[in-house]
Amino acid sequence: MKPTLLIANAISKHFGGVKALTDVSLTIRQGEIYGLIGPNGAGKTTFFNVLTGLYHPNGGELLFEGYKLRASAPHLAAQSGIARTFQNIRLFGNMTALENVMVGRHVRTQAGVVGAVLRDPKTRREEADIHRRAEELLHYVGVADRANDLAKHLSYGDQRRLEIARALATEPKLLALDEPAAGMNASETAELRVLIEGIRNDGITVLLIEHDVKLVMGLCDRVAVLDYGVKICEDVPAVVQKNPKVIEAYLGGSVA
Amino acid sequence: MDIFVQQIINGLVLGSIYALVALGYTMVYGIMGLINFAHGEVVMIGAMVALFFVKAFSGLPVVILLPLALAAAACVCMAIGFTIERIAYRPLRRAPKLAPLITAIGISIILQHLAMLIWGRNYHAFPPVIPSSAHEIFGATITSLQVFIVLIAAAMMAGLTLLIQRTRLGRAMRATSQNPAIAQLMGVNINQVISATFVIGSALAAVAGLMVTANYSIAHYYMGFMLGLKAFTAAVLGGIGNLAGAMLGGILLGIIESLGAGYIGDLTGGFLGSHYQDIFAFFVLIGVLIFRPSGLIGERVAERA
Amino acid sequence: MMTLNFDSLRHDKRAAIAATVGIGLVLAVFPFIVGSALGNSWLRIVDFALLYIMLALGLNIVVGFAGLLDMGYIAFYAVGAYLYALLASPHFGLHLPVWIIIPCGAVLAGIAGALLGAPTLRLRGDYLAIVTLGFGEIVRIFMNNLNAPVNITNGPQGISSIDPIHLGGVTLAKPLSVLGITVPSLHAYYFLFLALALLIIFVTIRLEDSRIGRAWVAIREDEIAAKACGINTRNIKLLAFTMGASFGGVAGGLFAGFQGFVSPESFNLMESIMILCMVVLGGMGHIPGVILGGVMLTVLPEFFRHSAGPIQQALFGKILLDPEALRMLLFGLALVLVMLYRPAGLWPSTIRRREFSSGADKEGA
Repeated sequence: MKPTLLIANAISKHFGGVKALTDVSLTIRQGEIYGLIGPNGAGKTTFFNVLTGLYHPNGGELLFEGYKLRASAPHLAAQSGIARTFQNIRLFGNMTALENVMVGRHVRTQAGVVGAVLRDPKTRREEADIHRRAEELLHYVGVADRANDLAKHLSYGDQRRLEIARALATEPKLLALDEPAAGMNASETAELRVLIEGIRNDGITVLLIEHDVKLVMGLCDRVAVLDYGVKICEDVPAVVQKNPKVIEAYLGGSVA
Repeated sequence: MDIFVQQIINGLVLGSIYALVALGYTMVYGIMGLINFAHGEVVMIGAMVALFFVKAFSGLPVVILLPLALAAAACVCMAIGFTIERIAYRPLRRAPKLAPLITAIGISIILQHLAMLIWGRNYHAFPPVIPSSAHEIFGATITSLQVFIVLIAAAMMAGLTLLIQRTRLGRAMRATSQNPAIAQLMGVNINQVISATFVIGSALAAVAGLMVTANYSIAHYYMGFMLGLKAFTAAVLGGIGNLAGAMLGGILLGIIESLGAGYIGDLTGGFLGSHYQDIFAFFVLIGVLIFRPSGLIGERVAERA
Repeated sequence: MMTLNFDSLRHDKRAAIAATVGIGLVLAVFPFIVGSALGNSWLRIVDFALLYIMLALGLNIVVGFAGLLDMGYIAFYAVGAYLYALLASPHFGLHLPVWIIIPCGAVLAGIAGALLGAPTLRLRGDYLAIVTLGFGEIVRIFMNNLNAPVNITNGPQGISSIDPIHLGGVTLAKPLSVLGITVPSLHAYYFLFLALALLIIFVTIRLEDSRIGRAWVAIREDEIAAKACGINTRNIKLLAFTMGASFGGVAGGLFAGFQGFVSPESFNLMESIMILCMVVLGGMGHIPGVILGGVMLTVLPEFFRHSAGPIQQALFGKILLDPEALRMLLFGLALVLVMLYRPAGLWPSTIRRREFSSGADKEGA
């Protein structure tokens, strides 16, 4: 059995009267592709936001690589090695694709004001590295030909892949993708699947929110199902698919 | 104890004026997300128009003169508010927020200096047409004019609340401030609604202008700036976009400022005098925005990731 | 890449060198030309223009690069100026040298910027604008009233007889002799200010195309996404704010030494708005545009002031409209018109022009 990467222990989050997450516990192992599914409003993105420090949980804790994750701010989550993409794509629209990925390198680089002004050899090397790595990542996700186009001018599918490239630039151990296949057609989804498997094979654990059931079931090693903020199932896809509670959550009634 | 009641009364009067102006800011912000920087100048113009009207027709009995002056001021202010929205803000509705803000500053400058050109740089005194009859209450004095100010302000606020809650226009205004796109789909003509918002706010500004100049007996082309800033503080204090908040914030700020001005000498052992009065509003503003940005009764709106 | 608009010059090294030498020569003889052709008062205006360019570039880091709306920037100028006045005048009897005071001014202004920024930079754009406006006013009110019970700032009268700037024991208030050429006082100040302005230009250009510069643009574009990239947005915004403030402090110190007199009146809201407009109208974030804005908004009003009266006299036989009111009226009108028709500024970078042309649309293609 692969070592654990992330343990979520009884995570709760509420907004006023709305209980977005209640005692959600799950375990993600290193090197797996882990799916998080559930009907709309189940709390999947809320879980992402808690994981990456955008929200503070009202209860529970997160253990990342055995250490308590004190991601009280999103940039600390990135530093710890958790990267994410967003449900509604958040790119830097007026920067080029290349520049977007270069920004992703921020967390692993250091040049400050002094370096920026003096452009000493160390800074110059770092800038060249940033540039090179960004180009590599653009190739990796398949948008290298659009490197100098403004991000807001990219096609929808390219934008999603660019966002993944930018997340990869932060050298994450865990890559959390929020509905990366949303709005994609069948062939784009197939390409995405290949990309995600490639990412996993290169040693990065992937956490995936998705609605595309075929993609999830075919791609994920294990799946957790949330409904109304509560985890109702956590197992391999084949088992989850047949779980009556899961079917009821999606279809609103048991299938005899 | 004497000065406490007096300052409370002063604060109530001042606060009523702030509340009327704050309503204009909060309505526009609620509906467009824009700080109408020029609103303070509209108050100033209302004050100037009213003052010169009264000067011109000072022979008339007060009971007729003041309402007429008010009507004249209101007409001018409403026209200005309407024009500003049409010419300067409407084209920039989709622009990044910086553009309308700079435009608002530009209009504020234009109105100030238009007033300077028309009425000169001097301070103008309000003609003594209002009989000053002071009443004693709890050891402090309040004039009939001040009573009127508070009552009229209350009446205007009540009227506005009725408008917003009970009329078709009010419903349309509320819908537009919640979600303009959907409101449009429901058949609301948001251009008209936005124009109406500016016009109503400007009318209230005119009333406030007359009150200021009658109460403090002075009008000056630069008076709108500080007043506008403080009224905006009041709106933020109460919770911007929220009408009840503007009213509450206005009254509260007036009282805070009056008490502060009255007591600051004692509080700081003579180090700071009452000419630091203006600072209170700023400190309140900074304090509210840092510790409770949604204001006293405003909504907390979180950004969706 | 966010570069200057002179793309062709980047590729052709020889043309770039020729242009630089040419501009350098023009800048070197400029004050002598202005001095003899237009007189000393116009040369003073040029010197002030250089100070304002420094201020505009400092504010450009805050507003143009990081997208933080500061409407009380003049407060940092005031801090630098008053510090110089307090440390180099008869007021306290101190006469410290320039090379101590100016860096202290930078540091003090920077600290003021950090203190103001720390609690406020997380506020939404227009709220930040109002808060910084309030701060600017608070500083002015304090400068105006800190003359009792302890006289620190001398209140509305301000502090006068400030020591002029001495460089290496040589005062700039009197003509200098350099390599046989007589350099009058105003010309000497010109070269000093020019050198510092060029330094600030150099620093901002380097910052723009760097890891920090990219982080600022990222924050401006989408703060939440920037955080997800590991950018400590609070600290990076604070960095922009503090740097901008310290540049303002430096310019303030130079101003005090140059003018010899400071009073609260010079540091009012209108000044903050002017500097903001130099950045926004010039071309936000675009260094050549900001310089253009600085020059225009210093020179044009002066030009207007000199001519409005005489023109009215010539046309109407008397002064119909107060020139000062007219000048500000036209300024307000210019603001509105530029925002309506060229919201990206008069000389924006190509990227910024695109930002404004597609409006606020950011989703998909």
